[in-house]
Amino acid sequence: MRTLLEVVDLEKHFGGLAAVEGLSFSVHEGEILGLIGPNGAGKSTVFNLVNGVYPPDRGRVIFQDADITGLEPYRVARRGIARTHQIVQPLTTMTVLDNCVVGACFGRENLSLGRASEVALEVAAFVGLEDRLGDPAGQLTVAGKKRLELARALCARPLLLLLDEVLAGLNPTEIENMVGVIRRIRDQGISILIIEHVMQAIMSLSDRVIVLSSGRMLAEGSPAEVVNNPAVIEAYLGDPELAAKLHGKA
Amino acid sequence: MYGILASIIDGVLVGSVYGLAAMGLTLIWGVMDVINLAHGAMIVAGMFGVFLLTDSLGLPPYAAIGPTMVLGFFVGVLLYWIAVHRVIGRPALMSLLSTFSADMVLIGLGTAVWGTVLFNVPVSLPGITWRGYTFTGTHILAAVLTAVIAGGLYLFLNYARLGKAIRAVSDNREAAELAGIPTTQVLSLAFGLGVALACTSGALIATLFPFTVLSGGAYQLKSFVVTVLGGLGNPAGALFGGLALGLLEGLATPFIPVSWIPVIEFVVFVVVLIAAPRGLFNFRRRS
Amino acid sequence: MRPLAILRRPFFWLIVLATIAFALVPLRGNNVELREELILAAIYITLASNLNLMIGYAGYVNFGNIVFFGLGGYVCIYLVNTLGWPLMLAALSGGAVVSLLAYLFGLGILRLRGAYFALATIGVNEAVSAFVSNFEPWGGASGIYMSIEAYQPLGGAMQALWTIYFMIVAVMGLSLVLSYAIKRSKFGLGLLAIGQNEDAALVLGVPAPRYKALVYSASAFLPAVAGALFFFKSAFIQPSDAFDLTLSIEAIVMVMLGGQGTVVGPALGAFVYEELRSTLLTTAALSSLQLVISGGLLLVIVLFLPGGLMGWVHRRWPGTARILE
Repeated sequence: MRTLLEVVDLEKHFGGLAAVEGLSFSVHEGEILGLIGPNGAGKSTVFNLVNGVYPPDRGRVIFQDADITGLEPYRVARRGIARTHQIVQPLTTMTVLDNCVVGACFGRENLSLGRASEVALEVAAFVGLEDRLGDPAGQLTVAGKKRLELARALCARPLLLLLDEVLAGLNPTEIENMVGVIRRIRDQGISILIIEHVMQAIMSLSDRVIVLSSGRMLAEGSPAEVVNNPAVIEAYLGDPELAAKLHGKA
Repeated sequence: MYGILASIIDGVLVGSVYGLAAMGLTLIWGVMDVINLAHGAMIVAGMFGVFLLTDSLGLPPYAAIGPTMVLGFFVGVLLYWIAVHRVIGRPALMSLLSTFSADMVLIGLGTAVWGTVLFNVPVSLPGITWRGYTFTGTHILAAVLTAVIAGGLYLFLNYARLGKAIRAVSDNREAAELAGIPTTQVLSLAFGLGVALACTSGALIATLFPFTVLSGGAYQLKSFVVTVLGGLGNPAGALFGGLALGLLEGLATPFIPVSWIPVIEFVVFVVVLIAAPRGLFNFRRRS
Repeated sequence: MRPLAILRRPFFWLIVLATIAFALVPLRGNNVELREELILAAIYITLASNLNLMIGYAGYVNFGNIVFFGLGGYVCIYLVNTLGWPLMLAALSGGAVVSLLAYLFGLGILRLRGAYFALATIGVNEAVSAFVSNFEPWGGASGIYMSIEAYQPLGGAMQALWTIYFMIVAVMGLSLVLSYAIKRSKFGLGLLAIGQNEDAALVLGVPAPRYKALVYSASAFLPAVAGALFFFKSAFIQPSDAFDLTLSIEAIVMVMLGGQGTVVGPALGAFVYEELRSTLLTTAALSSLQLVISGGLLLVIVLFLPGGLMGWVHRRWPGTARILE
């Protein structure tokens, strides 16, 4: 499998605290790579380093064999990396449709307004938002906003999709729904790097899993390997509820 | 040589008062993320406060400073409830425009009542002479009073209950609310405090220079430059920024025509904003 | 939207018709007094409309927007007076020079977010004003008087004033068309996204730095041309008139009053504000309170009606949002 994204020796400090340290991993084409770890492990920071929100203090980010380290977020988006946020960021007074059109217009394919509208309609239907197209984004439910966040990212026709806790705050039915959508996204050829706390979902979705703790990589492997790794269990013992889920459910 | 040195020292003395004004601005900015564009009007209010108290009540000028500070506090709280409270959560654009409109109204009323005539508060103090250069007593006393007030502010913010509450709300409003602090009340009081500082600086300036209703603009500009030099929400930095600006002015006045000084200050303002947005005197590191 | 697609939209023709009507009104009975009033109205509408590109679309408040108007005036008068250029060329050159400067300057100054940017724009206006006041080749603080001979190529003063009127009305019409065209374009969509949430827009791929500089530059062109025409008509320019911060602020009030982010809003706001102002100015007592009333109006709008008049209209009658943008 070809390597789509490669992260080498990534490091980022915030005021003396190392958020991410000596991190290296790859995402292969067509795979779903799960990124898990206790709270504060630095997972969202990794996303921010990959898509250019923060420049790393050290290390490199290589996408499709090109060095994109420290490139501005909009240039990274143009190259084909799209991302959702842990705390959703809808363009509140704009309609659901317009939100998606923005994603389509300024994404990888740099579409015109007309073409972008067509793509937006397709994608909105794909995630199940076709009934809410004319509503202002701010009026959606939490689940709706999460779907919009996902739709917007998909509209950019990315090669790599970064999903940041896209299942948080959803009920079991919504989760099942969303997991199905994510699988169908991968089936369309989009590679996915996903941060999640909903253990059952991420373990069943991921081809491989990496575990982060205090900014460093703790373990890497298949879901089964990772779940039985003593170091991983210990890291999660700091979070007993999560540790139980980790061992009991996966 | 000594002429320039004397000019610089005098600049620093006056600069401390700029720092005081900026402390009020940066306090409000840091606590509630609101840029008070009525700041200039508040400085002018302080100037006129002293003038009215000395003129109609016959108070000695320095005795009028205390009451002006107190009145400024209440005006500040009132201003918070009228122009700021409703726009706190909204985009920055809104609070900019609301405080700006308050400034328009106040200055407009001021010009309607007092016109654009020069006012003066007659003060005379013996100065200190050194190597043939005299440092005016008023300048020295203004710097001393500023130091006292700045010290008082430091003690208040770090040791008084309300002061600590203000710092808590400034750090994280939600957390403070959860901890039982009435954040809206605290915000209004913090705003009042910031305005009180602005009024006090105006009161002190009134003892130094003559002024008009429109003088606020120039001092507001200086406050912004100082705030940016000192770093957002950092009162200590504001004080040092004020001294730095005073130093710059002291250095420039012998050589550059007075009308160019605002231009230079604005250039400094924009350059510092672009090159060092965290300020030059920001000793506190915040990520 | 493809450039010519705008011709198919009814709202575009509404703008064209309104502009033509505006131009023809004072012709009836050679109404010079009305013409002078309408010149001012057209100028305000031009200023407000272009300012709206920054405030209503991109969400950046340009407090010092008047600097474009004044600089355009100065460049034009200088070109006409000193180099003998014809008016059209000088006015367009004024527009070109100012918008080019705005683009270059914008790249730097627009790195500042929201409030910092707003304050910096006041600084720009004050700095340019102070500079021009000290710049002898442009008359310094006393300004430049234009020689009346400049009116000759336009057929003498009387004829010239009418020609200039039509030119200013054309500039106003173009401002509205520009506003509409941008709003319906991909560029406009990007701007609106920036105005909503600049960080999210960046992550979505909107090239914010370039777009912001472009809109800043675009918002400078027509006001600069308007300034060129206005000061040519006045035959006199000085820093205090050219860089009048009060007018700059009033433009903001007009945009907010009428409804920021809409095309009709700034024009409506300019019109209503101007009516309000002229009614108030007649009573001597109230004229000194002009600033107070403007400020009070702005405060009320910001606190209670942030969408302005058009915002209220669109909420009350949802259908209008599509016809009257």
